Amino acid sequence: MSERRTWQELELGVELPPATSLGYKTGGWRVLRPIFNASECTHCMICVGYCPDMAIPVAKNEEGVAGKGGRLFKGVVRLATNLDYCKGCGICAHECPSKAISMVREEEAEQASCKL
Amino acid sequence: MPTLQEIALKTTGADARIVSGHRMCSGCGIGSIIKTVLAASDKPVIVVSATGCLEVVTTIYPFTAWNTPWMHVTFENAASVASGIEAAYKALRRRGKIDEDVNILAVGGDGGTYDIGFQALSGALERRHRFMYVVYDNEGYMNTGNQRSGATPFGANTTTVPAGKVSFGKPQWRKNLVEIAAAHRIPYVAQAAVNNTMDLYKKAQKGFNADGPAVLAVLQPCASNWSFDSSLTIQYSKLAVETNFWPLYEIENGIVHINTKPSNRRPIEDFLKGQTRFRHLFRPGNEHVIVEMQKMIDDEWARLLKLEESGIQF
Repeated sequence: MSERRTWQELELGVELPPATSLGYKTGGWRVLRPIFNASECTHCMICVGYCPDMAIPVAKNEEGVAGKGGRLFKGVVRLATNLDYCKGCGICAHECPSKAISMVREEEAEQASCKL
Repeated sequence: MPTLQEIALKTTGADARIVSGHRMCSGCGIGSIIKTVLAASDKPVIVVSATGCLEVVTTIYPFTAWNTPWMHVTFENAASVASGIEAAYKALRRRGKIDEDVNILAVGGDGGTYDIGFQALSGALERRHRFMYVVYDNEGYMNTGNQRSGATPFGANTTTVPAGKVSFGKPQWRKNLVEIAAAHRIPYVAQAAVNNTMDLYKKAQKGFNADGPAVLAVLQPCASNWSFDSSLTIQYSKLAVETNFWPLYEIENGIVHINTKPSNRRPIEDFLKGQTRFRHLFRPGNEHVIVEMQKMIDDEWARLLKLEESGIQF
């Protein structure tokens, strides 16, 4: 105890490699699942900006994807929600100006996808 | 001029500075706030967190959601740690051991900023370290279950100022952190809200580029303890702005500028409705609380307008 240490000899705190939380899938928390209707989307990026779980991926697409009214949207486009991390809060569905997202109970969404 | 598209790319790509898998409550806006703020920096960012929701949910061992250097020490000293990092960075730079520009960001909740970390913050602002302090303000100690803080508004029911037969909740008005920070004569202080991504991004950019300390207070409606549906976080933030409960303004080199002036100011009831912490205000006998609240908000707004109009340095 009486031994004095210099600051270089002090033990470091906990150190972690970056972004390891990607291994922790928070999608299991979900009760409601966002169903994304690409044909109504205008790729305005409002939902991407609001999503607290960074669960809406985007991509650069110069060829363009068909969106609302059959229009071709080029540049940055939103992709399907990443259900590994989406907690189903419903902010995207509530804030979407073109109502392209709807929230469906997880078990119903599950059944619907089984039938397909 | 940034666009939402650019922000979207920066916040979701492989070089995003905070990633999915954090354990914030469903519908918590802190995720949106912190990713937007981090995207606003064009230089590498070193982040220091005070103890609080953000620190707890992003770094549950052995996981971390941070993809940028991040540090947590204790509850009260986020600003002191940021000061130390800035001083060490300057020293290393002087000795030629680092030649890269970095930004330093300290983040705290309202408990760790308005109350516990207040003297550390004030000290760091007074010493004029070049860093930005972001406070996500959910108006109480929400991580530990809704205790009152210096940021809790007048009339709110919390576990430490419970509303009942003899009390209508918190009897005091909240601290004005933005003006307290501005009183340190620092280059940039601003108030933003989670509903306005672009405004938040621009303010974060100004804060990072300021020549000295910057403080940014961001409203973060707490779905868990204000008790509303998780999809309404952004809606409540919008209502707070539209009722003038949380005006969006900035104080740049002492000059006040209001960013959003609601053309049709909504009554404060619109914001209070649906929140469990204000439910008691709609019971008979508590009408005077809402009247008083409305008066205070209108007075504060009139004062802010006068401050802007006068153009006098804060």
